[in-house]
Amino acid sequence: MPQEAEQKTIEQKIEALEKQVKQLQDQRQDQLSMVVFSNDLDKILAALVIAVGAAAMDTKVKLFFTFWAISALKDKNKNAGGKKDFKSKMLGAMLPHSISNLKLSKLNMEGMGAKMIKSIMKKQNVASPEELLKTAAELGIEICICEMSMNMMGFKKEEMIDYPNLSYCGVATFLADAGESSIQLFI
Amino acid sequence: MNAEELTQVKVDKSVDARGTSCPGPLLAAKKAIGQIEKGQVMEVLSADEGTRRDIPKWCNKKGFEYLGTIEESGFFKILLRK
Repeated sequence: MPQEAEQKTIEQKIEALEKQVKQLQDQRQDQLSMVVFSNDLDKILAALVIAVGAAAMDTKVKLFFTFWAISALKDKNKNAGGKKDFKSKMLGAMLPHSISNLKLSKLNMEGMGAKMIKSIMKKQNVASPEELLKTAAELGIEICICEMSMNMMGFKKEEMIDYPNLSYCGVATFLADAGESSIQLFI
Repeated sequence: MNAEELTQVKVDKSVDARGTSCPGPLLAAKKAIGQIEKGQVMEVLSADEGTRRDIPKWCNKKGFEYLGTIEESGFFKILLRK
């Protein structure tokens, strides 16, 4: 009889442990959550290379675009159709119109530096931000735009690029996703 | 596997990623690996020194066997078994 009781305790212990292991596994998935904050050409490039690299390694990737970075997701051929007030128009005019005219964080020199870097990248077969964004879409990388900063910057959903996995969210979505990701980054 | 054994390995699939830089070769490898069966050998050609370090990490994650790298003139031949 005591032996049977002992066996039962062990079985219960194993069951509890299995539950804990499962909980731990659920907590941290093979997932990368990244806040993309900057709209500097170099930083966007770094963010996209890491994102595409992770997706190539079959890691699930979720990008949260907030503040300045949102301007990199604008489609220069689209407009908000008269929905913008004066301040929004001003901000829009001063910020990059799309991913194609971002500035370098250093040595930009009125766009000369950015042009030079782009020509070097082309020569060395480094993918451009535009190409990386296209690859990101093909790999199913999810992009979430912070609704609050979008409103603050005066950007409208109508001016954003066509991207298959694009959605709008708040900070709680990022925190929930980051909480279950094995990698979290802020760029 | 030593260098001589490595050159003797029968390659089932060759991926030429010499025209791309990081993360291009990794992407090319990911796309091509689906086209071979388990146990078959794939080689990735890359002019990128970084790829030589990246592919073994990728293999380790995916459970593929990294066989080794042959240095050719101006590029690397990276071999792995699915």
